[in-house]
Amino acid sequence: MPGKQDAPLKTYLDHLARGELAYQFSPEAGRAVFYPRVLCPFTGSDRLEWRISKGLGTVYATTVVHPVEGRPFNVALIDCDEGFRLMSRVEDIAPDEVRIGQRVRFRVHRPGGEEAPQPVFVPAEGA
Amino acid sequence: MDALRRGGAAIVGVAESDLGQVAEGMSVFDLMAQGAKRALDDCGLRLKDVDGLFAATTQSRLSVLALAEYLGIDPAFLGSTIVGGSSFEYHVAHAMGAIALGLCNVALIAYGSTQRSVGRRQASLREVNPYETPFRPFLPSSAYALAASRHMHEFGTTREQLAAVAVAAREWALLNPAAWEKKPLTLEDVLSSRMVSHPLTVRDCCLVTDGGGAIVVTSVERARSLKKPPAYVLGFGQSVTHGSISSMPDLTVTGALAAGKAAYTMAELAPSDIDAVELYDAFTINTILFLEDLGFCRKGEGGAFVSGGRIGPGGSLPVNTNGGGLSYCHPGMYGLFLLIEAVRQLRGECGARQVKDCEVALAHGNGGVLSSQATVILGTQATV
Repeated sequence: MPGKQDAPLKTYLDHLARGELAYQFSPEAGRAVFYPRVLCPFTGSDRLEWRISKGLGTVYATTVVHPVEGRPFNVALIDCDEGFRLMSRVEDIAPDEVRIGQRVRFRVHRPGGEEAPQPVFVPAEGA
Repeated sequence: MDALRRGGAAIVGVAESDLGQVAEGMSVFDLMAQGAKRALDDCGLRLKDVDGLFAATTQSRLSVLALAEYLGIDPAFLGSTIVGGSSFEYHVAHAMGAIALGLCNVALIAYGSTQRSVGRRQASLREVNPYETPFRPFLPSSAYALAASRHMHEFGTTREQLAAVAVAAREWALLNPAAWEKKPLTLEDVLSSRMVSHPLTVRDCCLVTDGGGAIVVTSVERARSLKKPPAYVLGFGQSVTHGSISSMPDLTVTGALAAGKAAYTMAELAPSDIDAVELYDAFTINTILFLEDLGFCRKGEGGAFVSGGRIGPGGSLPVNTNGGGLSYCHPGMYGLFLLIEAVRQLRGECGARQVKDCEVALAHGNGGVLSSQATVILGTQATV
């Protein structure tokens, strides 16, 4: 019996807890894979390497959610420089000031309690 | 033998169930059964003729079993593909294939939703995606808002152009006695409505109604002897590009491109041959994306294309002639209603909103968050 494989999500969250934005790289496809999985969606291979992002990216798409109660907040899709995209939000500026094409830098948001850490982004002018 | 062959099967019966806000206590199966009875009456068939049964709903895990029980039938062929709002376009293709292979001869496709009566939270299981849910996107609206933001960025599409889609839908709805919305709508009304997920206001978003219905698909041979002129299935195409919005390869290009191409190829037709266009308008950006991807205008020109009344009543391209999900009805998964309207246009049953000389109609379903796309092209006897 082969040993049981760690859940990709657990590995990802363990990295986040250490302040790292982890993603997978498929050597056969020669490109990044995100979200983390047990096989590469480009080749079907189960050979995937974990890598740590430098944390720089560009806003690909953005919206401001207006909840019926509470303050409006940002939801964005971020293209990281290593070639993967993830959902996140841009903090430290007003939600409607987030612009497509804007350069951003990763940081960890720790909600505390039972909630897992989250990858969020802040403006990174000139990066 | 090709399971999917141009003109290989026909839609012969169509009907809505009660729509809007249905009577207290009505179940999704009550609505499916209402639709079934009315659709069978529409073509002159009876429940005992049905040997293929298809259903999809978010409110029952084993919907086709519950429906078979309710109707008291034991069909030879069952289908319950569920790919969101586009499920029923797939069902048409699957029914067509099953009929061609001799697995069934009369297929009933049914839908029902009581989401307005029971509330959206009750009607649809909340799913947690650990890579999206923590950021609290208001789904599905925020996914479509993200797509709209990208379209605006790349092509200069404006909020006014998005609003023009809602205005055109409302103008059509005012010609449809079955439509939920009864009052005129202006561009300014859309723009000044409550913002949901920028750039989409509540008027850029579909209605939340109850409703259901059914359609009957059968072989060409059987179709010829029934009550009303058949709507022949000329073309079908489908494409799945992603599940969740963060995995959509390009937010400005949908699977409608591939689905449409396959459907046109099978139908041996081009966009210029389509007389009535029924698109899954869960949000105003959908209509723009699908008009582009289905070849009615070039990529990036959808915003200009929908402006100036071009897709409304009296415009050069009739789009969403029932008033669409934006103004007619939208009970959760809207795809069945696209087919119902397309068939009625081909039959000439649409009264004040009837498209003149309608010989070919296109119904395009969308499922998930632009995830699944499916195109059905239907035509009259003259097109076969």
